Amino acid sequence: MKQTRIVMGMPVILEVIDSSVTGKTFDAVFDYFGYVDRKFSTYKPDSEISLINRHELTLEQSSDDMRAIFILAEQTRLETDGYFDIERKGLYDPSGIVKGWAIYNAAEILRQAGIENYYVYAGGDIQVSGKNDRGQDWRVGIENPFNPAEIVKVLSIQNCGIATSGTYVRGQHIYNPKNPDQPIAEIVSLTVIGPNIYEADRFATAAFAMESDGINFIEKLEGFEGYMIDQHGIATYTSGFERYVSHA
Amino acid sequence: MSRKQRTQAPDFVQKIKKFFLSAFVIFTFFAYFLHERYTNSANASASNTAAITSAVPTVVATSSANASASNTAAITTAVPTVIATSQGVAFKNGTYTGPVVDAYYGLVQVQVAIQNGKIANVQFLDYPHDRRTSQQINNQVMPWLVQEAIQAQSANVDIISGATLTSEAFATSLQSALQSAKN
Repeated sequence: MKQTRIVMGMPVILEVIDSSVTGKTFDAVFDYFGYVDRKFSTYKPDSEISLINRHELTLEQSSDDMRAIFILAEQTRLETDGYFDIERKGLYDPSGIVKGWAIYNAAEILRQAGIENYYVYAGGDIQVSGKNDRGQDWRVGIENPFNPAEIVKVLSIQNCGIATSGTYVRGQHIYNPKNPDQPIAEIVSLTVIGPNIYEADRFATAAFAMESDGINFIEKLEGFEGYMIDQHGIATYTSGFERYVSHA
Repeated sequence: MSRKQRTQAPDFVQKIKKFFLSAFVIFTFFAYFLHERYTNSANASASNTAAITSAVPTVVATSSANASASNTAAITTAVPTVIATSQGVAFKNGTYTGPVVDAYYGLVQVQVAIQNGKIANVQFLDYPHDRRTSQQINNQVMPWLVQEAIQAQSANVDIISGATLTSEAFATSLQSALQSAKN
């Protein structure tokens, strides 16, 4: 069973192999993405994050989920030597961490329903679990940053998260907090495979801001692999990446 | 005659040997410093593979720093030139301070103390120890990166990872085609 809906201005896709899944579970997952969007969208003037940015709500007064995101964002900032920062010019934009967190929690809804074989996709980031409809590991393509109608790599993965950060679709939406006015030009896309989508997404965002050094950062993180594509179409990948590559 | 020649020859050879060995050690030392400096400037621009891979040994130096500064194995990885000294030619006694090297997660500087021509102590004057990430990263093994030119693939996939798609961009993507084919 598989459904695609547009939530948070981006496609959310859910495919479940287990025959025990119900329409209710599908609704619960999509509803959860709607909830996250209403709370964290900086484009919605009545979202909780917008209230905080307008100083109409303090962090102390905000919801548990909001405070959790601020704590996770601060932890990520420290772990990435400041390359991840949700604050820019006094405004907070936690989208670099919220998407992965939301996919992770959506997958948790499925796990709690006893579902084992599925993926949850939102705007290019994916949590996969178990096997696909042919009983194999999930086959995940890496999009060609120069042509979205092509893939440049096929991966074979299970029970992990895969996130891609890039400048190429929405234009310059990731910046280097240490050099905010200088556009990231050297690299166009960085795909990170991690133990889950929350971890893969936050480190993909931070490492992308590090530009060419980002792939070194991923290499040094235990349990993470990365595939970086530069402006000339040259890919640099980490030492353990090859074991996920499907040649079939 | 022949006996005299035999005793003279090794003397001469030894002197030459000593000269070349010390010259070699001095040269290696300078070559190492120059290499480190070059590595730094390459790292700053960091737009090619050379920069990415050459950043690696510097980080290794940090990791051994964190593990144990007085450990012999750590010394050999951190300062390759030091190995030459232990094989015969001695350094002058004193304390030598290396250049400050940017190991990406912070600055690293090594000080070597020589006593009786041998390394008595290696001290890391500065290394990233204050930040959690640095410590985490220092404990990792040597990085090893690979490069290739990207190539379009024709194999079938279940799903595609890409940079954040808007709903409009989605409509023209392979992901979208894939969805309609499988739905």
